[in-house]
Amino acid sequence: MSLTLEHVSRAVDGQIWIDDASLSFEPGSFNVLLGRTLSGKTSLMRLMAGLDKPDSGRVLMNGKDVTQVAVRHRNVSMVYQQFINYPSMTVFDNIASPLRQAKMSKDEIESRVRETAKMLRIEKFLTRYPLELSGGQQQRTAMARALVKDAELILFDEPLVNLDYKLREELRQEMRQLFETRNTIAVYATTEPNEALALGGTTTILHEGRLIQSGKTPEVYHQPKTVLAAELFSEPPINLMPGRIDGNEVSFANFVHFPLNVDLRTIGDGEYRFGVRPSHLSLVPSNDDDLELAVTVELAEISGSETFLHVRNEHFSLVLHLPGVHEYDVDTPIRVYIPTHKLFVFDQQGGLIQAPGLRMARVA
Amino acid sequence: MAEIRLQQLAHSYSATPSGPEDYAIREMTHIWEQGGAYALLGPSGCGKSTLLNIISGLLSPSEGKVMFDSTVVNDMSPEQRNIAQVFQFPVVYDTMTVYDNLAFPLRNQGMAEAKIQTKVQEIADVLDLQPLLKKKAKGLTADEKQKVSMGRGLVRDDVSAILFDEPLTVIDPHLKWKLRRKLKQIHEQFNITMVYVTHDQLEASTFADKIAVMYGGQIVQFGTPRELFEKPHHTFVGYFIGSPGMNLIEVKPEAGGVGFGGIHLPLSDALQQRLAATQWKTLKVGIRPEFVHVWDGPFEDAMCAEVTYVEDLGTYKILTLNLAGQSLKVRLPEDKPVPQGQAWISFPAQWLMLYADEFLLEADANQASASEVPHE
Amino acid sequence: MSKVQNNKAWWLVLPVFLLVAFSAIIPMMTVVNYSVQDIFDQSSRYFVGTDWFRQVLRDPRLHDSLLRQFIYSACVLLIEIPLGIAIALTMPTKGRWSSLCLIVMTIPLLIPFNVVGTIWQIFGRGDIGLLGWFLNNVLGISYNYAANASDAWVTVLIIDVWHWTSLVALLCYSGLRAIPDVYYQAARIDRASNWAVFRHIQLPKMKSVLLIAVMLRFMDSFMIYTEPFVLTGGGPGNSTTFLSQTLTTMALGQFDLGPAAAFSLVYFLIILLVSWVFYTAMTHGEKN
Repeated sequence: MSLTLEHVSRAVDGQIWIDDASLSFEPGSFNVLLGRTLSGKTSLMRLMAGLDKPDSGRVLMNGKDVTQVAVRHRNVSMVYQQFINYPSMTVFDNIASPLRQAKMSKDEIESRVRETAKMLRIEKFLTRYPLELSGGQQQRTAMARALVKDAELILFDEPLVNLDYKLREELRQEMRQLFETRNTIAVYATTEPNEALALGGTTTILHEGRLIQSGKTPEVYHQPKTVLAAELFSEPPINLMPGRIDGNEVSFANFVHFPLNVDLRTIGDGEYRFGVRPSHLSLVPSNDDDLELAVTVELAEISGSETFLHVRNEHFSLVLHLPGVHEYDVDTPIRVYIPTHKLFVFDQQGGLIQAPGLRMARVA
Repeated sequence: MAEIRLQQLAHSYSATPSGPEDYAIREMTHIWEQGGAYALLGPSGCGKSTLLNIISGLLSPSEGKVMFDSTVVNDMSPEQRNIAQVFQFPVVYDTMTVYDNLAFPLRNQGMAEAKIQTKVQEIADVLDLQPLLKKKAKGLTADEKQKVSMGRGLVRDDVSAILFDEPLTVIDPHLKWKLRRKLKQIHEQFNITMVYVTHDQLEASTFADKIAVMYGGQIVQFGTPRELFEKPHHTFVGYFIGSPGMNLIEVKPEAGGVGFGGIHLPLSDALQQRLAATQWKTLKVGIRPEFVHVWDGPFEDAMCAEVTYVEDLGTYKILTLNLAGQSLKVRLPEDKPVPQGQAWISFPAQWLMLYADEFLLEADANQASASEVPHE
Repeated sequence: MSKVQNNKAWWLVLPVFLLVAFSAIIPMMTVVNYSVQDIFDQSSRYFVGTDWFRQVLRDPRLHDSLLRQFIYSACVLLIEIPLGIAIALTMPTKGRWSSLCLIVMTIPLLIPFNVVGTIWQIFGRGDIGLLGWFLNNVLGISYNYAANASDAWVTVLIIDVWHWTSLVALLCYSGLRAIPDVYYQAARIDRASNWAVFRHIQLPKMKSVLLIAVMLRFMDSFMIYTEPFVLTGGGPGNSTTFLSQTLTTMALGQFDLGPAAAFSLVYFLIILLVSWVFYTAMTHGEKN
């Protein structure tokens, strides 16, 4: 079953919620919708499900136009942020409810429910009521109810956001494994770029109702087509510096000059915006053509496995994503190194001119 | 300004607790020093919100004492304890402007209007709320409302401590950064004791000088983010801190060390002696995914593991390996080549931890478990 | 709006639609019909256009009644709303007492209107009524609702307060229950006085509930009929003759169907107008 949206738009009370969105999902794919809150992820999912009708455009399932078909006639399941279960039914009945609607035989219902519960590791709780369970278990019940139906399209609207971060990690992994063998299309909405990276599949970036970029997750990550895509799909946020290329020299904000790197030679002269990922900056030079910058430390955020170092000079501020623990006091002067072969170059309108190639750094 | 001391504190919601399961907070003695930035980290249901409410006075503990600077405050209400608390959901007075919201606690104290104005302006400056001062609190976004809630806590100059109960829950991820930085700056500027409850280890470690990890109503370790990361005293700390958490494998003692599934892991003599001298029911080794060393090819006595899955997280990769039937995760930096099919790994001795009955076992008996947790 | 349409639902609505048409819309059309005709009897009817409206709007009897009615409704609102809020604030929220309290509060609401009138009619009598007897003989206050106009007024007012304050209290109680605990906790930490808590937290959050209470009480009190009628029959004189009673006398007693129909339409429009004023005034804050 494939899902296609053609030029779908929706406006409510004069405000545009979805602006000319077109996308296509393959059967058996896991697709992430990434964007900030109110960027249109939920609206888009509701249009895919058939809970709302688009003002213009078409929704096609398997090539058939289903834009006018009510949601109950489409084979769709949805899992929400707030763990939604029928409070007066046991977990077993909750999971069985869509099957009972479809009038399946009792035996088949029993076996399917048990199988799905086992997959989601809640088979011990089948006789309990949802409100007696913990948040993670309630959400698993909601997911089991969505999965047992074997729908062609399953939509997840930020389902893990109300759970502990550790529980989130575990459930993410389980979800990936759950979908590996199925032929359903899964669509998962999230605000966190790291979640998109962890879940893989394809990622579609949304901003203010528009689709910014769509494609295989590693591609979208490594090759953002616009500055906006690079900013939205990056946590911590990508470092951006205005600069210009003049003949054989690159300068940032008119104070830092360095010779044009091999990779950048094909770009013409002019004003550009240069981007560099926080994880590519380092405290030691790793290459001959690394750019050295003198900065002062604003803040060191230490999380054990990594440190986020916020630094600034009088022209711009940068964030570094360093492995391990690096303790620094505020206002300490240090030097950071920007590997020039890892620079992104964007034009003034924000379009991508060049993304760094994926070659490995030469160890100095 | 206060040092907060919890003396043999325990709390049970039932009137007649019969065993440890009835306690939300199991007996603990703990000191939060004046002016420190602390985090209470733990999964949902571990008792951290209960502990916070006991410190602030919204809840009275069933046993033990809470002391501020050597005064017992068990019976004192939050107002009397001079505590400010910021809750998970932003609490603002909808009918008042931002200015009035910030001035509210000061007006209740009877402060002079002129002084109120200076204080409110100062705090509005720190929190970047200047442009919003005249706006009605009702129309603000979630993070602006949360800043106003924080502002109300900071505006009082007699505040002995500020307690935060998962305050960034409703905030958009890209704004969380900014607020975290704000909190850190505020702490450096005002030097008030701050206690921050969260289930997110990144938030805890970026905010706090020292983190108290809570599990099952107990503080299982109290240390700096580095200590918690490099030397977890309890397997739960190993599991909870770090993304992904520590790899834990059950082992049996062997000559010269420990082993599992045909793999032998040597231990130092001192540690072997310590192990022999200890009673235990379960024995595990733990090593963090960041510390597992991956060789480019077969090397001396490096172990061979099968690569079952590779996750590309942009900045780094996570490999899931199968070593003699045990699943292991390894974290590889972006540039390092990914082994195909088979990987050669070893566990550096300084990062390999030994846990007996979930608690860290160390070669030097004096070093282990400096925290206040008794052995089970 | 742009929800996927399923028109089968309209068939389910049809029976209700027919019922409402039968019991409300068609009779109302009849009233409109009467208001523009002069009816002597079944066979002789003459179209008179707006004559009845003009007559009715100049009738001093109706003016009196209308004024009396406005004063009455104003008094009812001014007493019942604050009293209801005060009761709701003091009602217990947990435990056995709270259930008991809720039940006790509901009892006056369950008593039929004419029974309420009768209860108070007897209760207030100077000879056999406990209240009347007590006031006249123990406290020495002369009280006779049948003969004294202000006594009658006060009694009718008290009947309504007794009967309906519970509604306001229960509505406010539910509104208060919906306020999350964190607000109270934050207020405690901010050292807010009880009055500040009321003014800044409770009252704003009860707004929607209060709106319902005010509108309901206004509309009900503006059409009050049974209680004053049973108590005093509109007397002494016409001191407690409110609008609905005037209209009924006009329509059924004197069979002046034309003017009565005209005035009932005016009556309807007045209620609509005042309700709209209340609604806009109380929700205009939301639009900001």
